[in-house]
Amino acid sequence: MAKNKAPAQPKVQAFADHHVITPPNTLKHAIRRVIDRELDDPVARAEQALANLSGEFKTWMRSECDRLSAAHTVTLKKGFDTQTRGELFRAAHDIKGDASTFGFPAAGAAAESLCRILEHAPDLDAVPPDLIQHHIDAIQAIVREHNTIEKAGVANELSARLRAVADDYLTVVNRDRPDHLEMISAPSIAPKE
Amino acid sequence: MFRIDFNKLRFLVCDDNPHMRRILRTLLHSFGAREVYEAEDGATALEMYSHYVPDIVIADWAMPIFDGLELAQMIRQPDSKGNPYAPIIMLTGHSEKRRITMARDAGVTEFLAKPISAKGLYLRIMSVVAHPRPFIKTKNYFGPDRRRNTTVAYIGPERRNGGEAEVLQQPSLLDKARVTG
Repeated sequence: MAKNKAPAQPKVQAFADHHVITPPNTLKHAIRRVIDRELDDPVARAEQALANLSGEFKTWMRSECDRLSAAHTVTLKKGFDTQTRGELFRAAHDIKGDASTFGFPAAGAAAESLCRILEHAPDLDAVPPDLIQHHIDAIQAIVREHNTIEKAGVANELSARLRAVADDYLTVVNRDRPDHLEMISAPSIAPKE
Repeated sequence: MFRIDFNKLRFLVCDDNPHMRRILRTLLHSFGAREVYEAEDGATALEMYSHYVPDIVIADWAMPIFDGLELAQMIRQPDSKGNPYAPIIMLTGHSEKRRITMARDAGVTEFLAKPISAKGLYLRIMSVVAHPRPFIKTKNYFGPDRRRNTTVAYIGPERRNGGEAEVLQQPSLLDKARVTG
């Protein structure tokens, strides 16, 4: 009976204050050479599969909005603590990340503005309640009235104005916190639409 | 020209959002992957990581219980019984330079900012499969080599002593994250 081959060990080079470790390449078996004219295009195939899924995006976006609204309702009842702030942030953050994929980029921009408030306001209980409420309402409206206001450019305008108001607020309340001011003004590396 | 046989790779997807998990599953299956395991929080992902021994981990950042950053730190334990070397692709709505640096310092291999695209995901997977980087272990870091290029204009402190610079010529994580895909 053949013995099991021992797993390959990492190659380790020791230096004065660090080690360089080259693990065995366990994934190289998944690489294959193909001829240039091979017709199969995995990216195009995946894009088509995503397009086939897009019929569900509006329903998904609505459920994301419901989750955001529910999280906001809890903060109104209980105030902000680690848990309630975390849930509201995650709900807004998911919309920020997913909305463009689902076809609602302006909702994503409004959600990003809300995330910035939740992340950089020094005292969430001191944030004007209307500032948060208007973000929630705007995201809901952009999704609910998608066909009308998105086409008219109102959605982008709404998100941009909310962002401007939120940034003004964050600049004032962080005037003694240079690290936060720097983060607030730092450009995003997220791909543009 | 090279292609990846996705059916030979095992993926672990970790995201608390069921819609994003569905999108990732759809993309990976379309690429040809058959084995895609899913976890909805960091704790479950860590359990599944030990149990299924995935080839590649795709993790969100913001998750309940413990987040994607903590998950990466737990996987990158050099003395653990499990595999500390699996590539980790962080897929996240966080898109600030500071976050990319934090992810890099936690041992994340590649960073992909949402919104997700099929091309962006494919390129990150291709990168970790076709161009694996050596790991560096210091007293306060264990993870893929963070040096991706050299610059003669560098004037900061040399943090590694006792050997030649081990540098792979690759775009920085920040530059790669900026790629629209």
